[in-house]
Amino acid sequence: MTPTLRVARAIAAKDLRVEWRSRVVTNQVLPFSALVMVLFAFALDDDGITERVAPGLVWLAVLFSLVVLVSRSYAVETADGALDQLRSSGVEPAGIFFGKAIALAVQLLVLQAVLAGLAVVLYRASIGAEGLALFASAALLATVGLASVGTLYGGLAAGVRGRETLLPLLVLPVLAPVLIGATRCTESAFGVEGVETSDGWPWLGLLAIFAVLFSVFGAFAYGPLIDE
Amino acid sequence: MTDVPTVRLGGDVDPGVDEVVSLRDVVVVLGAFPALAGASLSVRRGEMLLLAGPNGAGKTTLLRTCAGLTRIERGEGRVLGLDVRRDSADVRRRTGIVGHSNGLYPDLTVAENVNFWGRTVGATSDEVEAALVRMDLAGRLRDVAAGRLSAGQKRRTALAALIARRAELWLLDEPHAGLDAAGRDELDALLGAAVAAGATVIVASHELERAGRLATRRVDVVGGRVIDRADGASDGREPRS
Amino acid sequence: MTDSTAQKPREAARRDPVTGTRFTRVLGVACLAGLVWLFVFAFFVTPADVNQGESVRIMYAHVPGAWLAYLAFVVTAFSSAMYLWRRTRSLTWDRLAGASAEVGVLFMAISLVTGSLWGRITWGTFWTWDARLTTTAFLFITYVGYLAVRGLGGSHHQRARRSAVLALLAVLEIPLVHFSVVLWNSLHQEASVAGNTDVTMDGLMLFTLFLGVVVFTLSYVWLVLHRQRALHLRDLVDETGLDRALEARRAEAASS
Repeated sequence: MTPTLRVARAIAAKDLRVEWRSRVVTNQVLPFSALVMVLFAFALDDDGITERVAPGLVWLAVLFSLVVLVSRSYAVETADGALDQLRSSGVEPAGIFFGKAIALAVQLLVLQAVLAGLAVVLYRASIGAEGLALFASAALLATVGLASVGTLYGGLAAGVRGRETLLPLLVLPVLAPVLIGATRCTESAFGVEGVETSDGWPWLGLLAIFAVLFSVFGAFAYGPLIDE
Repeated sequence: MTDVPTVRLGGDVDPGVDEVVSLRDVVVVLGAFPALAGASLSVRRGEMLLLAGPNGAGKTTLLRTCAGLTRIERGEGRVLGLDVRRDSADVRRRTGIVGHSNGLYPDLTVAENVNFWGRTVGATSDEVEAALVRMDLAGRLRDVAAGRLSAGQKRRTALAALIARRAELWLLDEPHAGLDAAGRDELDALLGAAVAAGATVIVASHELERAGRLATRRVDVVGGRVIDRADGASDGREPRS
Repeated sequence: MTDSTAQKPREAARRDPVTGTRFTRVLGVACLAGLVWLFVFAFFVTPADVNQGESVRIMYAHVPGAWLAYLAFVVTAFSSAMYLWRRTRSLTWDRLAGASAEVGVLFMAISLVTGSLWGRITWGTFWTWDARLTTTAFLFITYVGYLAVRGLGGSHHQRARRSAVLALLAVLEIPLVHFSVVLWNSLHQEASVAGNTDVTMDGLMLFTLFLGVVVFTLSYVWLVLHRQRALHLRDLVDETGLDRALEARRAEAASS
């Protein structure tokens, strides 16, 4: 096993084990995301509208929750200087990147499943078999992009002052294409406003390109960004 | 504890490299401040060197330079036979530095923490176990969450992680800070055993008496330079006044 | 690592810390003259548009502004790449990237504001989601973030490395954003009259537009030259103290 893969595996396992032990995502972040979905409904105040914009709301909630998840992922590292120690130990940065991105991706997928379920419940979205396949594919591809970007910029923001406010400023503009692509796919999946399920598949291409570009370039960019 | 595998400290490295650290007139600048203003240091394998000196003298920067973490403006530095400027990534991999934070994950147990660090370099379970044993953590402490440990126990866990990572040079910045008397005694005993087993250790400490007893050699760091007051010493320089 | 080749400009800068040279003075005068020329032509000499009336005059500021925004972006990206490439690594590239980004943000803002005003006056809406305007808005936000990261402190090389990587990631991001918005807009089949910036232009209008691009570009160059030198001086202030600081540091040893 190459060093990078070995490191990635150790770190992904470590991150997931920490989450399993501390349950911060399940006890705090998921409720937060659910709350965001409920607040959207209050703000929009119209069943017809929420049903129509459900896909957008789901992915907005995902984006906001991503910022929280990334902050948490790096708070774990900075609690006792672990990220510094990883850096000081010369652990392959690409390995750290992939490891943390994988752990983040797992958490994101769980989050998306929950939020999609909530959309069906709260916003009366409906989904068929082909729609489900489309949504799952979109979720998978979007997650790769989200996890890569989140891990990348989270690493930059982790070691510096003003990190909490810097992270969303850096991350959200970059994720606009994912928001656009994923929402369009989900619209087709939910059959919103008569949009055919088949219309959604081309958008997967956009999500795939984004995923590939940022996971590959992210691995190279991570070292310089976390380095001191 | 009969069949516990022992780990050879000091690593499997090139036995030809006897001089583990060789710094010549190194200048390291932090921002605009010359933390090291022409420091020279030589450390042999198996030594335990004590860095003494006032706050702000450059002890921490000296340790970090040996760890490959600083940028050398002037002078030359070789650690474990590697050029610190060019091969800093390799230097980092083969050295271990422990400062006031321990690099632990509070939610994971001692064993899980040490195991993690071992996994990053592909250490076997035996090696991880041996590391825990050497730092006296293989007993009831192994399944305690790192966040619940005392300061001394955390420090030992950080050192066990160094062993699991197969660090060949240990760089300890004020390892006694924050420990009570019992903790310090424990640490000293373990450090002594580590050195006896072949580790090369550089300790920066204010605890001159205590660390002085452990150390094979002592140098002073003052004003960003290293002064070796021992008679007939061949490394270190007297300041030009 | 002080090399003797760097000493002379350092000493010159120490003696005379000014960012202007004869070249920039000539350039500055040319820019001023050009701006006046542009103003006169834009507001008085060129005719109003057949469809849009007088509001078309905003085009002479908006289009060059947008062009400069993208030029600045390219310059920052290129300089960042040059800094990261080992053979040409020099803080001058980093400072050029920073100066270009600062000036670029200014032109992006000009482009966005004029575009918005143009839309308001001509079609009654402050904003349309057409691809170019939206991408410029994202470019603006991304560069605000970039400048925030530049201001985080640390050594010069830390700053340079972090920012350079960030700038290259932006090169990845901006085309993706643009592409996504184009795709997104293609969904909205209704031909939006608002935001349709096609203007039938006669020779004089074309010339004035071209003049605008040239004058804005010269202004960009002038601003970036000055800003880059100012950044250089600021970095020098940090560096030149080194020898003196070394002596002071060693004196600590003698006195202890």
